[in-house]
Amino acid sequence: METVSSNPATVAHVVEHDHHEHQSFWRKYVFSEDHKTIAKQYLISGIIWSVIGISLSVIFRLQLGFPTMKMDFLRPILGNWIDATGKLDPDFYLAMVTMHGTIMVFFVLTAGLSGTFSNFLIPLQIGARDMASGFLNMLSYWFFFVASAVMLFSMFIETGPAAGGWVVYPPLSALPQVHPGSQLGMTLWLSSMALFIVSQLLGGINYITTVINLRTRGMSFSKLPLTIWAFFLTAILGLISFPVLLSAALLLIFDRSFGTSFYLSEIYIGQTGEALPNVGGSPILFQHLFWFLGHPEVYIVLLPALGMTSEIIATNSRKPIFGYRAMIASMMGIAFLAFIVWGHHMFVTGMNPFLGSIFMFLTLIIAVPSAVKAFNYITTLWRGNIRFTPAMLFSIGLVSFFISGGLTGLILGNSALDIQLHDTYFVVAHFHLVMGAASAFGLLAGVYHWFPKMFGRMMNDKLGYIHFWLTFVGIYLVFFPMHYIGIAGFPRRYYAFTSYDFTKNIFADMNSFISLAAIFTFTAQWVFVGNFVYSLFRGKKAPQNPWKSNTLEWTTPINPGHGNWPGEIPAVYRWPYDYSKPGAKDDFIPQNVPYSQTPESNLPHENELIGLEHEIEAQNLNDQFKQPH
Amino acid sequence: MVYIIAVLSVVFLALAALVVSRMSTVVSKVNEPSPDEEIGTSNRINGALFMVFLILGLIGIVWSYLHAQQYFLPEASSPHGRRTDFLFWLSMGIIMVAFIVTNIMLFYFPWRYQYNPNRRAAYYPENHKLELIWTVIPAVIMAIMVFTGWRAWRDIMAEAPADAQVFEIVGKQFNWIVRYPGVDDNKLGAFNYKLINSNNDTGIDYTDPASFDDFTSTTELHIPVNKPILLKIRARDVLHSVFIPHMRVKMDAVPGMPTRFWFVADKTTDEMRNMTGNQEFGYEIACTEVCGRGHFSMRLRLIVEDEASWQAWCKEQKPLLSSYPELATRIPLNLKAKAAKYLPADAVETSTDSTVAASQPGGISIARSTVR
Repeated sequence: METVSSNPATVAHVVEHDHHEHQSFWRKYVFSEDHKTIAKQYLISGIIWSVIGISLSVIFRLQLGFPTMKMDFLRPILGNWIDATGKLDPDFYLAMVTMHGTIMVFFVLTAGLSGTFSNFLIPLQIGARDMASGFLNMLSYWFFFVASAVMLFSMFIETGPAAGGWVVYPPLSALPQVHPGSQLGMTLWLSSMALFIVSQLLGGINYITTVINLRTRGMSFSKLPLTIWAFFLTAILGLISFPVLLSAALLLIFDRSFGTSFYLSEIYIGQTGEALPNVGGSPILFQHLFWFLGHPEVYIVLLPALGMTSEIIATNSRKPIFGYRAMIASMMGIAFLAFIVWGHHMFVTGMNPFLGSIFMFLTLIIAVPSAVKAFNYITTLWRGNIRFTPAMLFSIGLVSFFISGGLTGLILGNSALDIQLHDTYFVVAHFHLVMGAASAFGLLAGVYHWFPKMFGRMMNDKLGYIHFWLTFVGIYLVFFPMHYIGIAGFPRRYYAFTSYDFTKNIFADMNSFISLAAIFTFTAQWVFVGNFVYSLFRGKKAPQNPWKSNTLEWTTPINPGHGNWPGEIPAVYRWPYDYSKPGAKDDFIPQNVPYSQTPESNLPHENELIGLEHEIEAQNLNDQFKQPH
Repeated sequence: MVYIIAVLSVVFLALAALVVSRMSTVVSKVNEPSPDEEIGTSNRINGALFMVFLILGLIGIVWSYLHAQQYFLPEASSPHGRRTDFLFWLSMGIIMVAFIVTNIMLFYFPWRYQYNPNRRAAYYPENHKLELIWTVIPAVIMAIMVFTGWRAWRDIMAEAPADAQVFEIVGKQFNWIVRYPGVDDNKLGAFNYKLINSNNDTGIDYTDPASFDDFTSTTELHIPVNKPILLKIRARDVLHSVFIPHMRVKMDAVPGMPTRFWFVADKTTDEMRNMTGNQEFGYEIACTEVCGRGHFSMRLRLIVEDEASWQAWCKEQKPLLSSYPELATRIPLNLKAKAAKYLPADAVETSTDSTVAASQPGGISIARSTVR
């Protein structure tokens, strides 16, 4: 906070503050320490990455849907990865699958979603001037940026990017001799991920510290919006699990470059090749380490989306979220269970079958808090007064995906049934719905909902509706039939289905259909991109509180400056879900309205809280602008 | 197909253009309606669209299911496969009920409770009884599913019966190699990965007399019907995964860590041909753990036949040692006599003369033997 004067007087401070706002372009927009700017940086990066990531999926869907297609028209982009006969190179097919997974999971749905909204909403919704450490926050983004640059660069090297699947299981990923993608591409992948993890940790520490320390007066944990609860738990998940991925990656780097045998044992390469000296390592060790992150990662991606959805559904149903405490409890339950279910990715890897039984029990328990959440969302809609803003539509869509994809998890989490379905398209369909599409809808819902706060302008509603319906229908058209292909036993990560009788002459039409639906859905996203860019410059000016929402971010100026609130940070007196309270004049009462001002709508126990209001107002611990440094 | 894509992309582009041009007209009307008036037609349309989506979606699901059903879970040819199939459809039934009920509520409520300026939403923040109900009901259903699944899993993963016929299947880039235990001792010999070369592609260790009659194949696995089969699975280079779709068998092949899977095949290939009416039918073994460029084409044929013809087929096969007598150099002197019957006469003489018989080609020392 070097721009902040040590003068304790607020008024004097504001003057001082304004005076200091003439930062250089670089400090203001590029190397900014302001959480709002960093959030926007994450958002723009995330959108760019998602376009790249989804484009890759469209290209490999062309291969899967139309295996005989001549792809010469892609040569300007893919160069020699299209061979002389116009066929896509099988190695590059795997590279695209790998990059699609890596990009979408880490760069879009982790950085783009959590990075954007944790950064943007935590200080605004808890009533803080900024993150606990603006500098670490800036560092977090720029580590992510470098990670992005390295990953992007790896896609253009001669041997291609990493190509062993986004899970990069060794020995395939450890031995450059066995796969072109395991050469320089894999080195860059690992370097990029190491940087990415550093970025996540810096961000996560900041989110946790900010939520714990910088809540405004009266903002107890039991008054936090569910968004903040979700971001907080997500950050904890990331902080505990990402270091394990880092260690997995480091050991893999050692195996690749320094001749160690953590993951390698008894390997003979090639037809008349060489027996490697490595003995005693275990490829299963990597899988344990990877999925110790990999499974919580699913919730790192999903929880923020669920948190934002809670907020958006409550606001637009004009109803309190049903079961606020149950929602928190189920998120905590999910966050805890997320750490002890990773083995369900490994039922048929040769892991001890007894361990498989344990992981099956634990995995299916996670369905209980998930079911509670789904029922709570539905009950929130019940007897509401629902406004279909684009954000609301996407939130309802999210709940639908969360249910549809989550239910098939009950089948995959059952180790006996997983024998047949493991690594088939059933799995692909399952996780794309529950984690991919649901989280992407959370991201989109968040953008539509908080765009006015971010950029001071409104996005176009009608285009939002069109975007929603095309995307919602499109995603179901892609992933619903994909279950069928999985039930028929089609394995994933196959370049073509022509080698086997059991896949040869069936479902070719279904695969073409899925590819067309994917192209259709991808095309529909340009409606969003167009709307986003247009609204950025020409959108209607946002009103103070466009959704008539209760949370604190709508009490800031329409374009909040450095420090978010020009004067004193508002105090908080009530929970964030006082919508349609009986007796109240409006159908919403913001969190900063004291009970003493709303005697007509107070519940009996709330009248007792009026006496505490002076105490709340007297606190002033957390305003960074008032602290000497 | 290319033309269809071209046509469709043109259509999509046209749609996109249409949307963009609409955008300007929509945006030009920006100043007129205030937000509250906007909640009206659009809201009603969106609410109704949820009902349309629900109905069309249900029709689509039923129709596509009926269309695709014929290809689901190819005929199971193993008892444990039929058991997991039953559990699969049972679980599928349960989740379909949950899926349809929740989605109906999810789409009906928005339509039913869409915005009405004359109405207020209910202030209904919690109900502990409801929460309890929908915690307990899923928990009970889950417990049943877990219990049935766990019993099946426990039985499938149990130790193979003592009389199981053993085979070894080795994954490499990009094919499977099957090693048969041989007709004389019906026992797999030891192996060591350092012994792998182009003649000995599974690294059979000929210091173990059980190896002498072992034979290998890279194209076919022949197994007897109605007899427990134990697959000993390993990998030479990277991870692979044995997948036999009709047997409901899947297990990773891991370098350095042998895995196994046992099952009973109870329909011969011929029986399946008659049953499916497809005279071309054949069982197949695929790879389901990404292993590189040729991952999608690691096909190995699986032939299930009655015990007698399986025995007969095995007898016709030539032990690897007979095909490559030079492998005999590793056989220790005291076992030479035992190995003699697998070797051509001249090969035996040359190798007994050899002074390097007991030492390693290339001088590699074997740290430990990996008898399985």
